[in-house]
Formats: sequence, C-alpha cells, structure tokens
Amino acid sequence: MRSFTYERPADARAAVAAASRSGAKFISGGTNLLDLMKLDIEHPSHLVDISRLALRDIDELPDGGLRIGAQAANSDVAADARVRTRYPVLSQALVSGASGQLRNKASTGGNLLQRTRCPYFYDTAAGCNKRDPGSGCSAIDGSNRIHAILGASDACIATHPSDMAVAMTVLDAQIELLDADESVRRVAITDFYRLPGDTPHLETVLRPAEMITSVVLPPPPPGRQLYRKVRDRASYEFALVSVAAVVSADQATIAQARVAFGGVAHKPWRSVEAEAALTGRPATMATYRAAADAAMRDAVGQGHNDFKIELARRTLCRTLAQAAQSS
Amino acid sequence: MNDPDAGGAGRSWAETAPLSAVALRVNDEVRRLEVDPRTSLLDALREHLHLSGTKKGCDHGQCGACTVLINGRRVNSCLTLAVMHEDDEIVTIEGLGDLDSLHAMQRSFVERDGFQCGYCTPGQICSAVGMLAEVGAGWPSHATADVASPRIALTDEEIRERMSGNICRCAAYPNIVAAIRAVAKAGTQ
Amino acid sequence: MIGQPLDRIDGPLKVTGQAIYAYEHWEPGQPLYGVIVGATVGKGRITRIDTDSAEHAPGVRMVMTHRNAPEQGARDESVPMEYWRAQPVLTSPDIHYHGEPVALVVAETLEQARAAAALVHVEYAAGRGRFDFAAYEDEAYAPKEANGGFPTDTEVGDFDTGFSTADVRIDQRYTTPYELSMPMELHACLVQPRGEDLIVYVSCQIVDAALASIASTLRIDPARIYIITPFVGGGFGSKLGIHAETILAAIAARALREPVKVALTRQQIFQLVGMRPTSSQRVRLGAGRDGRLVAVAHDVTMATNPDIEFAEQTAATTRSLYAAPHRLTTHRLTPLDLPRGADVRAPGEAPGLLAVESAMDELADALGIDPVELRIRNEPAVDPESGVPFSDRHLVECLREGARRFGWEHRPTTPASMREGRWLVGYGMAAAIRKHFQGQATVRVRLEADGTAVVQTDMTDIGTGTYTILTQVAADGLGLPPERVRIELGRSELPTSWGSGGSWGAANSSTATHRACVAVREKLLVTACGDTGSPLHGLDPAEAVFAEGSVRIGGADEALSEILARNHPDGVQAEGETRFMGDDPNYAAYSIHTYGAHFAEVGVDADTAEIRLRRMLGVFSVGRVLNPKTTRSQLIGGMIWGVGAALQEEAVVDLRSGAFVNRDLAQYLMPVHADIPDVDAVVLDGYDDKANVLGMKGVGELGICGAGPAIANAVFNATGVRVRDFPITLEKVLPGLPLMDT
Ligand SMILES: Cc1cc2nc3c(=O)[nH]c(=O)nc-3n(C[C@H](O)[C@H](O)[C@H](O)COP(=O)(O)OP(=O)(O)OC[C@H]3O[C@@H](n4cnc5c(N)ncnc54)[C@H](O)[C@@H]3O)c2cc1C
Ligand code: SF4
Ligand code: FES
Ligand code: FES
Repeated sequence: MRSFTYERPADARAAVAAASRSGAKFISGGTNLLDLMKLDIEHPSHLVDISRLALRDIDELPDGGLRIGAQAANSDVAADARVRTRYPVLSQALVSGASGQLRNKASTGGNLLQRTRCPYFYDTAAGCNKRDPGSGCSAIDGSNRIHAILGASDACIATHPSDMAVAMTVLDAQIELLDADESVRRVAITDFYRLPGDTPHLETVLRPAEMITSVVLPPPPPGRQLYRKVRDRASYEFALVSVAAVVSADQATIAQARVAFGGVAHKPWRSVEAEAALTGRPATMATYRAAADAAMRDAVGQGHNDFKIELARRTLCRTLAQAAQSS
Repeated sequence: MNDPDAGGAGRSWAETAPLSAVALRVNDEVRRLEVDPRTSLLDALREHLHLSGTKKGCDHGQCGACTVLINGRRVNSCLTLAVMHEDDEIVTIEGLGDLDSLHAMQRSFVERDGFQCGYCTPGQICSAVGMLAEVGAGWPSHATADVASPRIALTDEEIRERMSGNICRCAAYPNIVAAIRAVAKAGTQ
Repeated sequence: MIGQPLDRIDGPLKVTGQAIYAYEHWEPGQPLYGVIVGATVGKGRITRIDTDSAEHAPGVRMVMTHRNAPEQGARDESVPMEYWRAQPVLTSPDIHYHGEPVALVVAETLEQARAAAALVHVEYAAGRGRFDFAAYEDEAYAPKEANGGFPTDTEVGDFDTGFSTADVRIDQRYTTPYELSMPMELHACLVQPRGEDLIVYVSCQIVDAALASIASTLRIDPARIYIITPFVGGGFGSKLGIHAETILAAIAARALREPVKVALTRQQIFQLVGMRPTSSQRVRLGAGRDGRLVAVAHDVTMATNPDIEFAEQTAATTRSLYAAPHRLTTHRLTPLDLPRGADVRAPGEAPGLLAVESAMDELADALGIDPVELRIRNEPAVDPESGVPFSDRHLVECLREGARRFGWEHRPTTPASMREGRWLVGYGMAAAIRKHFQGQATVRVRLEADGTAVVQTDMTDIGTGTYTILTQVAADGLGLPPERVRIELGRSELPTSWGSGGSWGAANSSTATHRACVAVREKLLVTACGDTGSPLHGLDPAEAVFAEGSVRIGGADEALSEILARNHPDGVQAEGETRFMGDDPNYAAYSIHTYGAHFAEVGVDADTAEIRLRRMLGVFSVGRVLNPKTTRSQLIGGMIWGVGAALQEEAVVDLRSGAFVNRDLAQYLMPVHADIPDVDAVVLDGYDDKANVLGMKGVGELGICGAGPAIANAVFNATGVRVRDFPITLEKVLPGLPLMDT
C-alpha cells in the first residue's frame, strides 16, 4: 500500500473541499477501498475519512419516500423497520450481500461505488482496461465465468457486483450528490452508472471530489417485491445472477412490473423490455418466459459465462411467478 | 480526484507519511499509539499492541478471522484503518474473557469442540457474540423468511447464515453452531 | 481416560486468544518484516531487476534477489522424503511458474515492506509455458513410483479379457481440479538469530523435516537450529514441508542479525505451497448381472511440475477396495509449468474415490441394484490385489449401519423423482477407505518427583488434538489424573517424530507415549519391588496396577510420590518408539486400512440448479477411538472437505499466463456455515490389533475419502444428471433440468 495522508473533516462541505486535492479519495467503510489499496489497484495519496459525517440517518420524506444517508451502514438500512416493510426488496438484497461483519461497516455510498470483482482487475500483472486504460482486457479471452452478458464492450466485460444497487434500481432510487463548489444534484440511479464502452475506468457520472450524500427512495411502487440471488455457495459470495422484481397482479393479470438484474452487466440492469412484456399480460409462465426472452434478447455470452443467459431467464421466471402469486 | 501517477516507480509516494497519533480504547483500556496511517486496525492490534488473539487469515475481508467488536458491532479489523477508530470502543477476544473467567461463548466452544486448530476461533467467537446482539435487536438475515417481520426465531439456519462470514477450514461448523445455540438458549431462559 | 470425550486440553488457550502461532511470538523482541515479491510471468527469465527505489524506500533494510541471495544447498533427491530436502529460493533468474519468488523486501514495518515490495521493478523475457492440462494430457509419462511409495502400475489377472466379456460395463472419464490445502493460518515464519544459532518459529506439521530442510538449504549444522511451533493453525498437507517464507526469513535474519518474520499473503499461498494436481481418471468397471465385479481398471493422468515430480497416489486404494479377479491401475504424469503438486488432505483417495465411487454409482444404476447392496456384493475376503488378509475390515458394517441410521430405504430409486417445493431432492452414498500408515516417532515420558508426568516429543498439534489424546494415553499409562500430565510438543530439541500428516500422527505418538509409560512403569516396579522399604517389596510386578497416583499389587499399594521420593528424587524417565511401517512385519502381512460409508441428501433448485447439502452422515471404522469428541470433529471436518471438493473447490489456471485466476478466498470457494446443515459422524467400536498395541488408526483424512462422491451421487439421484467434471457447479447441471411450468 502506498503511503497517504489522512484527514477526517467535520462536515460534508469540508469533506468535498478536502477531496478536491489531487490524489484524494473518500474513505467510508473502507471495505472495498482498502482491499484494493492493499493490492496497489487503488492508490490515493490522501484519504478523506467521511465515515463519521452526520449522514447516517434514514429520514421519512413528505411524499412517503425515504432518504437514506450515504453513511448509513448496510446492516442498519437492512434492519430499518420502514425499509423492511415498505422496501423489502432492498432489505433482502442487502442481507444477501457480503457478511454480517462487512455489512456493519459497508456504507450506502460505498456500496454503490464498490468496484468490479473481475479477477483480472484484481491482478496487477494482467492487462485490464478498467484498472490501466489501454492495457487490454484479459477477461475476454480468459476466464470469464462471472462476467457480463449484457451491455459489455470490446474494452471490458466486467459486472457491477452490488446487490443493494440492483434493488435500488428497481425502486427508481435517486442519488444525491454534493460537489466541491457546494452545488447539489440528484441523479437517477439508472443514469448514475455508465456502460463500459471505450472507457471502462469511468464507472459513474460522479465528478471528481463529488460526494454521495444520500439515496432517495420514492414512495414504494405497488405490488410485491422480491430479490433473488443465485450463487455457488449458500452465503458470503457475490451473485452469479440476481433478480429484483416488483409485481402487482390484479386477478390473473399483471398490472405493473419492474425488473432489474444483477451480475449480468457493468451496471445494475433494469430491463424495460421485460417490463413491457409483462404489463397487462396474464400472470402465467408463458408471459414470464416471454419477458425473460425479451430481457435476454441482446445477451451475449463470453464462453465460460454462456450459462448465465439461461440462468438469468430461469431466475427471472421463478421470481416473477413467486411475486405474482403473493401480490 | 485525479490519480497521481499510477505507473512509474516514483519514489515520492513511497515516502512514509508522518505517523499519526491515535488513542484506541481496547478492552476497556486507552491505548495511545503512533502509527503509520496505513496500519490496519488488525495490524495495530497484533503488531503494535501484541494482542495476537485477533487473527489474520486473508487480510481482505474474505475469512472473518480478524473479527472484533467495535462499539458493540462485529467488523473485520483487516479492512479498516487504526486511525479511523479514535475513541471507538474495541473489544477483542482477549477482552471477552480470560483463562480464569471464560465468557459463556468461549466456554461453550470448548465444551462443544467448536474448533480444531483454533485459528479461526477468536473470530468465530467475537462474531457469534456480535451476531446474537444483532438477533436480539431484531435484525433480519438472508435466512429470514419475511424480512418485514420484527421478530427473529433463532433457528440453526439463521445461525449458519449469520455466521457465514467466518470461514473455518478445519470445518468445525456443526460444533460451532451447537456452541452458539447452547449460549443462545441459556440466554433466553 | 482412553475412550473418554475429554475437552481439548488446549481449548481454553485457543478460545481466549492465548494460543500463540508462528507470527505472534514476541520473545525475540521487535522483528523486521519481510514481504515476498512474486514473478508476474508463468515461464521465462528475468532480464532486468531494479531494486533501487525499493532499497531507498523508507524503513527498508534489505532487498534480496537472485543476484545477492546467498548460495544455498540444492534440493537433493537422494534424501528419501521431499519434506526433508533443501528448498532453495532466489537461485537464478529463471522463472518456472507464476508467482515464484523473485525478491524479498525487509523493512522496519509491515506497511513499509509491503509498499517497497511494490517498487521492485522486474522485467522478464517471457517464455512459452505449458499450462493447459487438457492440451498435454496425451504426452504423459509413467513416474518411477507414486507418492507414498506406491507402485506406479499394478495388474492382476487379465483386465482386457475380463472387461470385454463382462455383462455390464462402465467406461467413463472423470476430471478433478487443482485444489489447495488453505489452512486458515497463513504460512508464516519468524527467525531470531542468536549467535550462530537460529531460533525458528514456524507454522509446520513436521518439526524434524523443517529442521532438516532449513539446515540443508542454509548449509548450517542442524544442531544450531531450534524449531518452536506449539500451535499450528491448520496444515492439511501444505505445512508438511517449509516454503519460501521460512527459507527467506532465515536467510534475512542471519544476514541482518535481527529477528525477521515473513508470512505469505493469502494470494501467495495459491502459488508457493503446492497443490493437489488436476487429474483425468478413466474408470472401467465390468460386472456380471448379479453385480459382482469381474474387472476393475483405474487409469489416472495428472499434472506435475517438471522439476519437482509429484504423482498423487490417486489409484492406490482402488487396489484394496473391491473384489474382482481382473484388475489394473496406472498413474501417469504430464509436466506443466505450474507450482509443484503436493499432498493435500487425503492425497490419492480424495480425488480417486470421486471417480471410482461415482463409477460404482453408475454401475449400480446400470444394473438396477441398490448402491449399498452393490458394494456389499463386492466385499473381498482378503486384500484383492496383494492377497494378504485384512487386519480389521468393517466396511460392510459401516455400510449397513449407515444405511439404517440415515434412512437409506427412503431413497428414491428413480432419479429426479423426489420434489419438495422448488427442490429436487436426492440421496447418494459412497464407501470410504484410507490406508493406515505408521511412521517413526519417539516420545519421552518423565515422571517428576512430585508425581506429575511430562510427555515430550517434537510432534505437532495442528488441530488434530495431540495435546489432548497424549494426555489421555499418559494418564492411563501411568495411572494419573489428566491434570497431572503435561504435554510438551513442537520443539526440535524434543525426541523426534514424523509429526502430523498422513493420518499417522496420532497413532505414532500415542503408541510411542504408551510404550514410554510402560518403560517408566517397569523402572518404578523394579525399584519398588526390590526395595525393602516398600510395601510392594517382593511382590510380582506383573500383577501391578497403576491407578490414582498409586501402584497396587494384590492387597498392597504405595503412592507413586513415595516410590519416587525414596528411590528417584529426580524423577524417572523413559522413551517409547514406533518404527517405520516398512520395518514392521504386520504392515506387510496385513492390509491395514480405515473404512467408512457416507450418506448424503442434497437439494437441487429446480430452476437454477443451485446445489445445497441437506444432511450427511458418515459411519466409520478406525480401530480404537482415543477421544470420541476430537475424533468426531476430525471426521466431520473431513466430510465437509468432501462437500467442498464435490461442489465448490477449484483453482482455475489462466491458460495464457499460468496464473491461478481465482487466487483469494472470495473466489476460491470453500464451504461456509450456510453450506453445512446437519452433518454427523458415527464411529463403530473397534480395535485393530495389527496396527499397534493401542489398536488405533488415523482419522484425519478418512472423513474426506468418499464424502465427495456421496454428494455427487446424490446430485445424480436428485436430477438424473451425471456430472463427471468436478466440482459440480450449477452450469454443469442446468442444461439437464427441464423447464418448469409452474
Ligand atoms: C469478501 C467480500 C464479500 C462481499 N460480498 C458482497 C456481496 O455479496 N454483495 C455486495 O453487494 N457487496 C459485497 N461486498 C462488497 C461490499 O458491499 C462493499 O465493499 C461495501 O459496500 C463498500 O462500502 P464501504 O463503505 O466500505 O466503501 P469504501 O471501501 O469506503 O469505498 C468504496 C469506494 O466508494 C467511495 N466512496 C465511499 N463513500 C462515498 C461517498 N459517500 N461519496 C463518494 N464516494 C464514496 C470511496 O472513495 C471508494 O472509492 C463484499 C465485500 C467483500 C470484501
Ligand atoms: S473485464 Fe473489465 S475489469 Fe475485467 S479485465 Fe477486462 S477490462 Fe479489466
Ligand atoms: S483477515 Fe480479515 S477477513 Fe480475513
Ligand atoms: S478451527 Fe481451524 S480453521 Fe477453524
């Protein structure tokens, strides 16, 4: 780990000011950043500790939504009674991620910004356009079992590893940002992340020194919410594929549905195609299959991950069936 | 937030930043340290305070051997910096109990043979103590059928899911679960 | 005491964090920290190595590369066992495998050493390496012998004719991946120079091997080296020998005249301590319609490092498992530019039984015979290959008892026919067999004047329970309560043993302890019965009973403390030994193995093919059990390794670079708590009088033997999909699962 200087600013404004220094980076729970710093993948020269900023609260919004502070720990969000009852998909996604210890440290902001688990990104001896732009992508002709099937590019086929972000995507979350010039903006989560394109090292629209201050959840959508995570071992593993779904079925017809996938793309993957194939259709397996086909229409396997296409389809069908049944 | 030079063997970044003073409250004692800011809490405990009960199994949050309680919550001490814990209340395995007065969880691990080589054990025990507090607070887990329900029934399945961040290569898992279950039962009686 | 479920003697130390492992000793004072830099190519040569920036980095005390490393002893194949041989490092600019050490950086703090290690700049001329096992499988050669001294090939009868005329034939190929021991304690070593001596705190399984290996590598007198290893955080084979961390710590400490400690990172453990080689195994079984085998062949091809040959004995126990007149086993190796192959828990049986016991399941399916019954029908009367009698074989009892306790009769006879909600449920079983080894061990037992016994040997306790069982053996041997027995292990100045490995440690050290106690008793009796001042004077020592700190002969008795006070004011001591099995006639005259039967129930998600164990039972026969508590723990631990081997563990090689792609614990998956529901082990009462005087055999590896195939067979039973390429991950099962309509 390269050496750095450390400071703990007293408030958010001081934090973004401190982060304007060249080479500075925020540290929150540290569970992703320190992992990468130890391996010389990230090497900030100045760490701005935002873990104690007063951004831990989860507040009720007048419209019936919630504002989750960027410093709220994953475990606190998952355990919040309002989240559990009104946004269970978020609670489910959170508790399916990492471990109890990690969730106690991991922050909402840090979770959104955690980086890919592509093994070549982690191996500084391998070429990786995301870690070292222009050095090539070792995964394309290499071991790519966990890689993307949607939205990938010739430059990068990595996936975004977060479970939480997939649930937030299906909930239409908005991310609130504070910039160094003290300007504040809100970005929809689907616009927050980028696809890899030619610049896989740019993962979000965050500006240098800009800080996530909170995530705003609009009032919960009607219907039943479900998060389903598929993985090799029963716990403490990232998703091979995951599905977040919100389905409101009325008699035997789907009134409204929202679908997002995890583990399949460079960002949490909202599937408007699947949603269109569901809305107004009968709540039957044939409909779910059509939605799954629509969702995977443009999916491309890379070899070792070809199975993810069928796995994503099946996982979606099952999740929809389960959600529709009880909604 | 530009990266300073990523390539090149620049000497500048290897210069050690000035040592930082930090006061840690470890096992009810204030310990003042001068550490390199890069020092993880785990290395501060092991290499500076010689509290080697907290183990290093991976140094990357992937095994749980380094689990300690910070302000009552279990965390992986390898993925946090010592300097970030000024004034935090840290409890390590040494603080839970000692040879003369074992903590109930420690005793239960001995009685149920909840370990073999013993290397993951301090982490398992600290994690188990933190975990039971989480259950007490009604936190849901991936094993909870309905996350919206405010009460958690501590089934073996719940224990296993919640303890999954602690890998035991000796695979003492069934005995660890038995040890935790015994403590949980005793606590609710 | 023997046979009692005594709690671990070292338990309180372990649960309070007071058990001290190699990297944690502070007796030598503040050490320097060493960090190893590994090669970033899989084959080639260092063309330039620039250590300038690293050397000038803050706190750095030394940067060692092949250019300035001292001359070291060469690895000498005339030394009979690998783990005793020299293990030189940084000897040349040549790179033989990805991650091979190219430098050691020593600095005042760990943070400084790690930062400076990243500054060592190395350029390579990359060579063309051979990394792809499948591509070179056909170029395999026959090694001189297989690991453990097993013959490379064996043939009995006429396999080809027997097989070709069999009513039913199974001919399948199974593949198993690279796997690693992965003990939770990182491989670590702390060396303190003291004058010309070296005090070495090292995480190792065999003290004597570590000593010999360090001495011959550093070319120093073994008498100058003191090894200390009271606690070892797991071994599972990878700590049988010492590795770069130990050699480099020793060289650096000697050069700097200060204590130095080096630990491998978890990532480096994938590269530097050896691995279970990948294998391709062809299994052919020919049987009559009645299920009786007429022909059995097990042909194994594995990868090996070209310079350090390792031929895992993967087909070896197939030679003793089932009866059949025509039999054939072979081991072949294909050299690849990868880290060395090495012993990983249950070398041979773990991968071998995955293949053979899967094939037996296929045969049972083809014949329509119950898999338990099929195995019972093929129970041999004598060792089917050597023809010698079995010392104590109870495989059939294990099968029957296991089937009964597990409720095997509820197994769905048609695959893919049992559903519980979203789960396809299946049952599987497999037999377990493991050869019992005996090795050299010497134990000294000293009865102190105060009546406490001290048991001393360089044997290690790697989690196996050595402290506890030796306490029990010595307590019984001398008639003392366990509190009056003290065990001293893991120091090179203590009597020598083969340490812990190969499941021989417990039997070797217990037998030697028992013999030492017998010798101490004899000495005491000679003096007591010859001492006119003793109430035992003139009585027959053969009638003596040692109990509760006294000796009783007939109606007379005397406290040990009194005999000692009068005749042995400095205490009495004696040594006991076991010898290498090659020098013990029983091991040639009998086929000495441990046995078991595994039963598993799995659920396979009907949509996603996720496989989850639901319950598992093993029933074992291991001779006499010294401590049922620690024995059960070891067996369960082994069974859970079988779960990992069947479903999760696989080190993936990048075929371009020769690097292990998934080299950390987030990617190399081993079972976690949630993977392991109800797993239990039952041990049959037993006593193997041919194995040793205590009638005991090893249990450290038996649990894994056959555990994996029991799960694989359960997956087949649940889904009707037979996966022969281990581990069985969901993508291999998914294509065989029909789409559900509801
Ligand atoms: C072994 C292991 C297993 C895991 N398994 C899972 C899993 O199954 N599912 C899953 O979803 N996650 C998993 N995780 C990832 C874990 O969720 C993340 O590491 C964690 O959420 C990151 O949060 P943090 O607060 O620790 O972030 P940090 O490490 O502190 O920061 C991460 C990044 O975000 C930046 N940052 C942090 N906060 C802000 C802010 N407010 N504004 C701007 N930038 C900010 C930092 O500069 C840094 O670049 C796992 C992690 C580990 C180590
Ligand atoms: S997939 Fe992306 S992260 Fe992985 S090696 Fe390619 S460029 Fe790097
Ligand atoms: S050492 Fe911290 S999780 Fe492994
Ligand atoms: S007791 Fe050895 S790793 Fe858990």
